[in-house]
Amino acid sequence: MIAGIYRPTRGEILFNGETIARGSKSLGPHQVTKAGIARTFQNIRLFSNVSAIDNVLMGMHCRMHSLPWHAIVRSKSQREEEFRSMERAYELLDYVGLSGTARVAAKNLSYGDQRRLEIARALASDPKLLLLDEPAAGMNPRETATLTEFISTMRTDLDVTILLIEHDMKVVMGISDHIAVLDHGVKIADGSPEEIRENPQVIEAYLGAGSAEVIARLSGESTAVAQEVSTDVSNG
Amino acid sequence: MAVSSVQARTEAFFAERKAESNDRLRKVLIGIVVVSLYPILDQWLGFGLLGSLIPILMYALLAMGLNIVVGYAGLLDIGYVAFFIIGAYAQAFLTSPNSFFIRQGLVPGFVQNFWVAMLFSWVLAAIFGVLIGAPTLRLRGDYLAIVTLGFSEIVPDFFTNAAGITGGPRGIGQIAKPPAIPLPGDRSISFSSTDHVSWFYLLLAVGVLTLFMVTRLYDSRMGRAWQAIREDEIAAASMGIPPVSTKLWAFALGASFAGFAGSVYSGYVQSVYPDQFQFSLSILVLSMVILGGIGNIYGVLAGALIIGSFDRILAVKLTIPLNALGRQMESWPGIFGDLGSFFATHSLTADRFLIFGLALVLVMILRPGGLFPSKQRAAEMKGDDDNFEFDDYETNQTVRSARRKEA
Repeated sequence: MIAGIYRPTRGEILFNGETIARGSKSLGPHQVTKAGIARTFQNIRLFSNVSAIDNVLMGMHCRMHSLPWHAIVRSKSQREEEFRSMERAYELLDYVGLSGTARVAAKNLSYGDQRRLEIARALASDPKLLLLDEPAAGMNPRETATLTEFISTMRTDLDVTILLIEHDMKVVMGISDHIAVLDHGVKIADGSPEEIRENPQVIEAYLGAGSAEVIARLSGESTAVAQEVSTDVSNG
Repeated sequence: MAVSSVQARTEAFFAERKAESNDRLRKVLIGIVVVSLYPILDQWLGFGLLGSLIPILMYALLAMGLNIVVGYAGLLDIGYVAFFIIGAYAQAFLTSPNSFFIRQGLVPGFVQNFWVAMLFSWVLAAIFGVLIGAPTLRLRGDYLAIVTLGFSEIVPDFFTNAAGITGGPRGIGQIAKPPAIPLPGDRSISFSSTDHVSWFYLLLAVGVLTLFMVTRLYDSRMGRAWQAIREDEIAAASMGIPPVSTKLWAFALGASFAGFAGSVYSGYVQSVYPDQFQFSLSILVLSMVILGGIGNIYGVLAGALIIGSFDRILAVKLTIPLNALGRQMESWPGIFGDLGSFFATHSLTADRFLIFGLALVLVMILRPGGLFPSKQRAAEMKGDDDNFEFDDYETNQTVRSARRKEA
């Protein structure tokens, strides 16, 4: 909803004083991005037949200004903009650690690299708020640890607010300033990592109805409970 | 250190791209020179094919324009001929003394010049592209195809029925041709319908201009946006690329090149009437794009050349040996004799669409990306499940043909 894919039924979403959504009206995804909110996808959605560098350049679209006729006559401003954007794209690829693979088609990158390329593409639009949808999904513990560290350095380096949705408690507890826990769409807890860790409702949601019972019937219950944890990592 | 290396790599990237494009430019220039020498060759050897080459060049113009819509932006437009009609009629309205608008005194004198009117038709077709595109481009895939199909039926009907303005089924005649270009001495380059050479060069110039603009557009912010939309519309929108206006640009630019071709066409034939423009032309141009290599403009040009030359030249020329063969076979016994008498009078031009259809089916089975595929487009069509196959298209072709031989 924040990203503009779904429309709300009521209420209001404000971002930096700008209205993202009010009532059933909402900005489109591209306008949200222009307003300064970029996102990644849970299931990676790169432009898979396009090279890594072009993926990043495509993410820069809304910060570029040249129009078709500039491209046809190749005006000075258009050439300069292309050059600057290309430089920035290389910087971003370097930043996420993909410097060697700029010309490789996105689909031929490894899974972890694709995730990082997706982050680079999102960063290309100079976001103030970055939405990461399950960034650690499908990663092994080592990749997850690297990613966790990367996310926290990114926050300090780029001065960007990060909102991430994640099931992996290690990631969530390791980097969050503020955590909100959702259980079946209802917010059951909201607070700092320490508060969340102590919160009985969260423990119940995670470990099943009543920890004692869970210990007794460990196998059956834990799968029956679906949860979603939303984490807010804000700046400073 | 890191920053300078970024700059160095960017420069290297640009240098490499520049080298690539220079290389391509050289090839294209050679191509242009070869093509532009053709009229001399034609006259020298007495082929007399120049008249047939003019429609082929027009096909090439249309195919390049349609390639923007179908190949670059991935929008299936099967009513492309509508914009061609609009361009042709716009030229007629602006330049023919029989035109309603000129009789009403609505067209300023300077616009009635062929060249100026051509620019106006170009822009008008683009405007109609926006008008048609704006409500329909929210649709995807099949739905868009159906709407464009409907549109291409409506446009000729409109020109047939709005007889007060368009001259109805009889159309509009006496459309302006380009004013003769004076040469030193008494001679001049004139553009009457029999001046094949001057029309040939005019179309060649328009074609080169189109090629130049289309390739530059594709290698820009707009071209990248088209690719992104084509690859994954939702992801593209989430990355800040406005889907509707990006598609509208593709639609309008595609339409504008059709209008361009239409205006030259009506200047060439000197009169337009609705029956000239069959829906089959849309399909013909679409099959050039698909056969040649969707998304690869040079492939598309080759497709236009192949289908166009079959349509305009080979179908006629091959009928002669076929008829001769038929007359030979007529005396053979049984079914061969019957076949022979069929061949003896049969004209291949009637089979054009049968043959194009067969060719398309074969191409789709053997080379789904077209004869000269765009690597990226071919990979998209193939899907992602076994994408390794397209990483090296040529090797893959060899592997496949080897497999076929084994089987």
